[in-house]
Amino acid sequence: MTTSAATTTGFGAEAFQAFLATRNEPGWVSDLRRASFGLYQESLGRPLNPEEWKRVDLRAFQANRFSVGGRATTTPATRMGTLLGNHPTTCEAGFAGAVAHVDGVVVDSHLAAELTAKGVLFGDLNELLRTHGDILKPHLMTRAVKPGVDRMSAWHAAFWTGGTVLYVPRNVVIDQPLYSLIGLATPQTMDGSHTLVILEEGAQATLLEETASATTTDAGLHVGSVELLVGKRANLRYVQLQNWNQQTWHFAHQAGLVEQDGSLQWTVGGIGSRLAHIHQEVFLDGKGARGEVNGVTFATDRQTLSYYTQQTHRSPNTTSDLLYKDVLRDEARVIWRGMIRVDQAAQKTDGYQRNDSLLLSPDCRADSIPGLEIEADDVRCTHGATAGRVDADQIFYCMARGMSRYEAMHMIVEGFFHGIYDRIAVEAVRQTLSRAVEVKLGIGQ
Amino acid sequence: MSSVLKIENLWVSVEGRAILKGVSLDVKQGEIHALMGPNGSGKSTLAYALMGHPKYEITDGRVEIDGVELNELEPDARARLGLFLAFQYPVTIPGVKVADFLRHAVTNVRNPNRKEGEDLMPMRDFRKELKGRMEELDMDTDFARRYLNEGFSGGEKKRMEILQLAMLRPKFAVLDETDSGLDSDAVRFVSQSLARLTGPDMALIIITHHDRLLEFNKPQHTHVLLAGRIVETGDAALARELHDHGYAGVRSRHPDAAAEEKEALEQNALVGANK
Repeated sequence: MTTSAATTTGFGAEAFQAFLATRNEPGWVSDLRRASFGLYQESLGRPLNPEEWKRVDLRAFQANRFSVGGRATTTPATRMGTLLGNHPTTCEAGFAGAVAHVDGVVVDSHLAAELTAKGVLFGDLNELLRTHGDILKPHLMTRAVKPGVDRMSAWHAAFWTGGTVLYVPRNVVIDQPLYSLIGLATPQTMDGSHTLVILEEGAQATLLEETASATTTDAGLHVGSVELLVGKRANLRYVQLQNWNQQTWHFAHQAGLVEQDGSLQWTVGGIGSRLAHIHQEVFLDGKGARGEVNGVTFATDRQTLSYYTQQTHRSPNTTSDLLYKDVLRDEARVIWRGMIRVDQAAQKTDGYQRNDSLLLSPDCRADSIPGLEIEADDVRCTHGATAGRVDADQIFYCMARGMSRYEAMHMIVEGFFHGIYDRIAVEAVRQTLSRAVEVKLGIGQ
Repeated sequence: MSSVLKIENLWVSVEGRAILKGVSLDVKQGEIHALMGPNGSGKSTLAYALMGHPKYEITDGRVEIDGVELNELEPDARARLGLFLAFQYPVTIPGVKVADFLRHAVTNVRNPNRKEGEDLMPMRDFRKELKGRMEELDMDTDFARRYLNEGFSGGEKKRMEILQLAMLRPKFAVLDETDSGLDSDAVRFVSQSLARLTGPDMALIIITHHDRLLEFNKPQHTHVLLAGRIVETGDAALARELHDHGYAGVRSRHPDAAAEEKEALEQNALVGANK
């Protein structure tokens, strides 16, 4: 971009000061950044948690080649290669609101007037911290994702660029989904978006979020965070479709926290990126809380997708149900390391985790490592993992019925994902994931 | 004009071992052929090789439909030319509903030039047709919503093969031991169903050990495979004789082939022992 001032690359002290100087934000926000930057610098002297990172090869990653976004952009959201198909410059197409960010800068923000009137907040984190800091401050990086977890969380907390906020007041029910787009357009830019969703007691909402790139060739970096705070009896459906180009590094801490009798249905689509590592946690904090995680991933070429998931039961009668389904091809690699933790207090926990992988080529590799840590004595926790190759006889059978090899593969992959599609109530998401599969299989190109 | 499936001096190898050694056979649309022979004689090999299974390598000879050579064609291209194989062991495809699978199959076979992603047969028409065929075959229409062959009994799987045949209406249908694993009532039912489906537009090549499947589908031609060759061809009476008396007579009439068969069996046992 020719219009911007010279930027400092990397994430050292100089870059941090320069970044901070461009921010127009409340003092407490800058203070949080400074404290987090301190944590980040300290963390650089320590290795990342080997249990979480040992299978993730970061040797080719050089943070200093990137510079933090959030300054300016000239790229409209419509340039992003999205899968959801609609760009967020309108509230049409069945969405109650839409927000878009490009290179860490909000470029578009809409919310249906009737929802504004009900006190719903939906828009850019930077702006809403200025106008509604009192509402957001108690939740921002204090409950779900704290800066001090590790290097990635501290890095994000110091350098976050913006992100989508959804706040739904008590007992307000939003029927139509909301849409959020996070885009990268300028080469070597770091997106540090922070998604913050707060549902007060009895509230209901659905948020679909997609990450996308403007080109297939520009290198990008995402150091992000997602916080989903689901109040008592509240019900949140959140979908994040990670659809960066294959030159983008994706690191994220994502956590949902569910209070008494609340419910979170969280769907993860992992399609893009060169390498992605997501630290995903679901905290069942209140009695009767319920968390469901559905993961659909399709890795091809030399992609690496790594998921480190934790289901933490902290109260009695809580339920967690996690299912990741991974399809791999070429030399791709998918790593899933899952853990169900049950605190002593969380009696009558019902915890489940499962990871199934379907391998389409001889050189791809899937690692599934489930785990349980249980301190209560009256619980039901189960886990499972399967990995299988596409059977040559299945392909032959489909072809003998007139289907091309691709169509046969498509049918088998769709069938593999079917169990998970059945769990996803939002039709647009099912269709989008299905389209993502077609793109990956090279259909219609 | 009636179509012809022509098999000329077909040699087929599996993992480098010759199984078929020069099979020739002409099948005209509307005809019924029974293909019989002891285990290991190459019946299923012929079925798979015709359909184009990648493990079955044609090393010599040719297969053609109305002059179009199939040797190098992918299985889907063969299906689109009107060839069908009812599998002895149909595979399970988890998560794929019978109706979705069949809608793709039917659309492709009826529009041989269709590319993936192009429109499927209209849902209404398809549903109506499928329902009608399922009723004819006395199948519960719930089957359409089940995942293909998942949790199906042996009989249900075979019936599913016949349903596919009914929907795809091929010119040439090869039935690979469709009667195996079925009780006699089920075989009788399948035989009756087949008889209703066939006619002047469809030829059947029925691979079987028994003559029950032939009850309602009387073959004009019966061929006996032994050690990878067709050693005898007759009519329905030959099928009955083989069913009643086995292959001892055939072996004694063709001592060379019988010796080859014995040798191949011994070799097989040796290979098995070395594994």
